[in-house]
Amino acid sequence: MSTREPVPFTQWDEPEGEWTLPGACPVRSNRTLMLEAAARFLFPTVLVFSVYLLIVGHYAPGGGFPGGLVAGLAFVLRYIAGGESEGAEIGSRFVVRPPVLMGLGLLVAVVSALAPVAFGAPVLASAKVTFEIPLVGTVDLVSSLVIDIGVYLLIIGVVLDLLRSLGSGIERDAREAAGEEAGP
Amino acid sequence: MSTLVTLPVLLPILGAALTVLAARSARIQRLIGLMVLAAVSVVAAVLLVAADRTGPVVAELGGWPAPVGIVLVADRLSALLLLISTVVTLAVLVYAIGQRISDYGRETASTTFHPIFLLLSTGVSLAYLTGDLFSLFVAFEIMLAASYVLITRRTNASRIRSGMTYVIISLTSSLLFLTTIALVYAATGTVNLADLAGRVAALPEGLRTLLSMLTIVTFGIKAAMVPLHFWLPDSYPNAPAPVTALFAGLLTKVGVYALLRTQTLVFPGTGPSAVLLVLAVLTMVVGALGALAQDDLNRLLSFLLVSHIGFMLFGLAVYDARGAAGTALYIVHHITVQATLFLVSGLITRRTGTVSIDAMGGLARRAPMLAVLFAIPALTLAGIPPTSGFVAKLALLQAGATGGAATAVVAGFVVLASLLTLYAMVRVWVRVFWGTEKEPLPDDDPTDELVVGTARASRPMYAATVALVAVSVAIAAAAGPLSAVTEKAGSDLMARTPYIEAVLGREAVLG
Repeated sequence: MSTREPVPFTQWDEPEGEWTLPGACPVRSNRTLMLEAAARFLFPTVLVFSVYLLIVGHYAPGGGFPGGLVAGLAFVLRYIAGGESEGAEIGSRFVVRPPVLMGLGLLVAVVSALAPVAFGAPVLASAKVTFEIPLVGTVDLVSSLVIDIGVYLLIIGVVLDLLRSLGSGIERDAREAAGEEAGP
Repeated sequence: MSTLVTLPVLLPILGAALTVLAARSARIQRLIGLMVLAAVSVVAAVLLVAADRTGPVVAELGGWPAPVGIVLVADRLSALLLLISTVVTLAVLVYAIGQRISDYGRETASTTFHPIFLLLSTGVSLAYLTGDLFSLFVAFEIMLAASYVLITRRTNASRIRSGMTYVIISLTSSLLFLTTIALVYAATGTVNLADLAGRVAALPEGLRTLLSMLTIVTFGIKAAMVPLHFWLPDSYPNAPAPVTALFAGLLTKVGVYALLRTQTLVFPGTGPSAVLLVLAVLTMVVGALGALAQDDLNRLLSFLLVSHIGFMLFGLAVYDARGAAGTALYIVHHITVQATLFLVSGLITRRTGTVSIDAMGGLARRAPMLAVLFAIPALTLAGIPPTSGFVAKLALLQAGATGGAATAVVAGFVVLASLLTLYAMVRVWVRVFWGTEKEPLPDDDPTDELVVGTARASRPMYAATVALVAVSVAIAAAAGPLSAVTEKAGSDLMARTPYIEAVLGREAVLG
């Protein structure tokens, strides 16, 4: 079982981990506690909201593109809060490289556009499945959701790539340039 | 059959996705790119045969019928241009692969080139096939976004500067296009081209002229029509040879195609258009005279490209079936020959290490094959019989001669511009290939794709160039059947009914 000691009742609401984002920040004065703490809460919330946008997109405002952008904004928020250390972290912690995400999204979208042909329907045709879920009610699942998922992945890939190349990449270049000036 | 129409658009996107995923293996990327373009060529050939035999092939995306949904239409004109464009794109890809292999070694992977190249091809295919104005805008955007990346690869100060000119001009024309679409939609309530054909006719004449002029300006910028041409000789020569060849061969011609399609289908005139005739003369003469003043080989070719856009405008301005047929034939001829010339220019640059004509000389002795490879497309461009240029120009001149007094005068300018082209090309040939042999300039930066010295050109590069020369010879050889197709395409364009009937159904034409 767990080797962790039981937490006394009085300390239940005390945070266990660090509240600010991890990573060594070279310039401490540039960090704002408020933003970092807020980013902690907002990051998962915004991601969940982006998935909501993705799913309701067929009938209501939303869809793959806005969903992907909102999810991308969650990463942008982390980057702004954590600065360069967080930018590097997003790059290194992400198991999937951003270009792969883009390629995958594009692939999913194109294949789902061509898929109806296999069932004798025209390209980009969509089918609807309606079923009842207890407590939730009637749910419509539309096959064009798959295209939206492709777009969603594509946009997240683009935002992450932008963060990597225009965010931490430019900071790295600036640091190297400053290092060259300071050097002999 | 209708699924087939979507493949020239979807296959390159699929290829782009796969090449992004296969970014680590240069070999797989190359294979995907070549296979996709070869497949699209086959599809385009099948579409051409089908469109020629049974009329336009229409695909309704998602099964939604025409004025509501988006349609892709392959009629004779679009299928023919799609075929020739894809063949040229394929040859340019082979050349680009060859150049990359010889410059960077066999195992170097380029992660962005192949996906972007295929996306550019998607944009071109969509522009030819789309049946509505907004998808045309999307097609142009895909094409331009890809071209921004291709034109600014291996950046240095001068490339950033010319790239900025290109991006700003393109964005301006895109904004103008978007405004035009908004105005058209506000006035008619539709963006479907076939539907517009009927509805625009009901608009007041002033409004119709305004919309027509707006499309001429929009597509005129993209087609590099004088006086909207200034960006082209400034930006194209700054890209590597295969990229310039692709841009020069395809992008401006897509603008001409859009002009041809909208002016005949949506804004039909009743006789020769004075505005277009004047613009055609200006474009032909300014381009040809500009070419004579150039020392940079690529800039010279860019000015000639502008000049020959005027030829295509002339065919459109005559405004009858013969004129439209002449323009179609000229586009087919010009896509091939202009791309070939830029590829040969790339090979010459590799031999001499410079783009300046003054610094070259006596190349015929060291590279006789290059001399022949340059001479054939040069004479084709000038329109010497029996090349494809002669066939295409003859079609235009015939249209001009039968179109009336004004068009007959402009036909004289066609001859003048052809002579100026011939003079420019002969001057280049004499100065580059004859005369005293000059030492090739040393290569300052071996990794730079634009000017790479000396003699390092791989076999695929030559093979691609020879293949394109062969294509243009084949066009001349197949002039009979080809002009039969373009003549039918021309009368289709003028009659308008085959297109409208295919998209909206028979009732739309009768009612």
